[in-house]
Amino acid sequence: MLNYVVRRLFSALPTLFLIVTISFFLMRLAPGGPFNQEKGLNPVVKANLERQYNLDAPLWKQYLDYLNGLLHGDLGPSYALPDFTVTELFKAGLPISLQLGASALVLALIIGGALGITAALRQNQTADYSVIAVATAGSTIPTFVIAPLLQLFFGLTLKLLPIGGWGGGDVSHKLMPIITLALPQIAIVARLMRGSMIESLRSHHIRTARALGLSDFSVVVKHALRGAVLPIVSYAGPAAAALLTGSIIVETIFQIPGVGRYFVEAALNRDYTLVMGTVVVIAVFTILFNLIVDILYGVLDPRVRYD
Amino acid sequence: MTETAVAVPVAGRSLWEDAWARMKGNRAAVASTFYLALIVFACVVGPWLTPHGFSTIYQDYVRVPPSLSHYPKPPTIEKSLQAVASRARVELVDWKVEDGSIITKVGAAKPIDERVTRYFDRSSTFEGAAVVEKSSNGQELTIRAAIERHYFLFGTDNVGRDLLTRTLIAGRVSLSIGLLAGLVAVCIGVIYGATSGYLGGRIDEVMMRIVDILYSLPFIFFVIMLVVFFGRNFVLMFLAVGAVLWLDMARIVRGQTLSIKRHEFVQAADALGVSQAGILGRHIIPNTLGPVVVYMTLLVPQVIILESFLSFLGLGVQEPMSSWGVLISQGAKNIGTATWLLIFPSFFLTTTLFALNFIGDGLRDALDPKDR
Repeated sequence: MLNYVVRRLFSALPTLFLIVTISFFLMRLAPGGPFNQEKGLNPVVKANLERQYNLDAPLWKQYLDYLNGLLHGDLGPSYALPDFTVTELFKAGLPISLQLGASALVLALIIGGALGITAALRQNQTADYSVIAVATAGSTIPTFVIAPLLQLFFGLTLKLLPIGGWGGGDVSHKLMPIITLALPQIAIVARLMRGSMIESLRSHHIRTARALGLSDFSVVVKHALRGAVLPIVSYAGPAAAALLTGSIIVETIFQIPGVGRYFVEAALNRDYTLVMGTVVVIAVFTILFNLIVDILYGVLDPRVRYD
Repeated sequence: MTETAVAVPVAGRSLWEDAWARMKGNRAAVASTFYLALIVFACVVGPWLTPHGFSTIYQDYVRVPPSLSHYPKPPTIEKSLQAVASRARVELVDWKVEDGSIITKVGAAKPIDERVTRYFDRSSTFEGAAVVEKSSNGQELTIRAAIERHYFLFGTDNVGRDLLTRTLIAGRVSLSIGLLAGLVAVCIGVIYGATSGYLGGRIDEVMMRIVDILYSLPFIFFVIMLVVFFGRNFVLMFLAVGAVLWLDMARIVRGQTLSIKRHEFVQAADALGVSQAGILGRHIIPNTLGPVVVYMTLLVPQVIILESFLSFLGLGVQEPMSSWGVLISQGAKNIGTATWLLIFPSFFLTTTLFALNFIGDGLRDALDPKDR
């Protein structure tokens, strides 16, 4: 098992390397640079700035330097926010995005899972149709419509929750962002769960379990769920990576200082190191969660072998 | 020919006739098709029928709420009148509204020039102002001016533009971008996937590896880089977005092609000496169209969401042009004061997305051969 994990992590390195390389050169192909935006910047000052940040070196040398820094865990300084290194920016923002994303994920798995199971057990009844309706709505209405509507309803009409801001991280500020993040995920998880649960309930071992006189609860939770949860696990891996690394829309609308906004802002400011940092962080999360999915698969399904 | 070749005259139904019959049986899909047709018609024709231009600014009607009755309402009339009077440097003595026009008496310390009527005409509330009566010393004028009536069924936005017209224009932009980028993605995907699947071997391997690599790049990063490249020229940008979205299509079509190319009719065509391009174009691609059509209907809402998302971030369509994403982002910024700016565009976008999804699901059920 440990052997497998280590081997998987090593085999992820070429992927990571490729992503970093493509992103690095793709970004440098874009016109403009981090110090081109400011109007009337003295050419001497600009040259000095570029020398300070090693931007006057040939591109291949910058690339090698960046890789070297990366291997030592150094993501470089941010150009647009000169007082911070990229690592510091992530240290400040990532915990916030992680909190929101993790809460949304847990919420989505619990509620979506419960809805999906209910729908599967009451197939073609009212409960089933309402779950399908909710799931369709949840996966069709885009986040940037849900978020302002929530603000309008809970923040302005009912005056229950603050419209935005982080407020030092108290629950009332987190509630709406978490709901916004969770709703589409709930919809998808519910739909997946319904499908795989229906299939699982039809299988032979469930019929056997019922014939042996096991209680409904035990049949559903112990036996059917175990088989039905696999598609959810493989969906939840990449979804978790995306949720935990922050959402641009949610963080913009609710004014939350997470890392989701870095991507857009950095790309527009040609803040090369911050863009690369974001790419690296997202790639690492994606690789990590894909690994977790594979390990969980083996735990849940004994037929899967690590080899 | 022997008698064994006599065909039994059964009226065969093609795949498409079959699919059409199924589609008609799916009420949600039929209703969605009608709804979508209605939206498309409204967005294409509507902006010519509304009395307002999409970028016409009515300074007197900034952020007025939606209303079925006409504007101006009495408080607005008074406000515009006062504004006119102060610009004309006269005092309002008295005013009343009489069947669609206003009769007002203005006064000043010095004799008033009759050309003050111009100030009335310049205001977007009044038109055709004329002096009706003049006092003997010329210090008081009675002016009659017609009130310009406007209907703002959806209200107006922050700078006083009609939201109905803007929503319809935005719909034109959103829908045409969805269709345009969708078509680009489908064309690239079909050609790439079919070529890769048909040629097979080493070429297939390399072509699919390229798709895998593109897949592993963060999608948003790719889109944002394209925006950065192409600037804010939206036609170019959406050609580019379409060029990113073809990956799924390529995989689907490749899979289809792999199974189709083993059929005898492909071998027959090959044996008859049809060129590879000819086989691809005449025999393989037409047979992959079922899933392609389904995927395309599901791709269009994805593109519309993507465009709205970019516009929401300020990277998409630029003023004074508009798209549903632009309108929703303006609405989101003004939810405290003008909820209609959020509600109407959101409603149009969401219902259109629902309709497209239902049509896509209906088509998938109709064209899915597994269901037969």
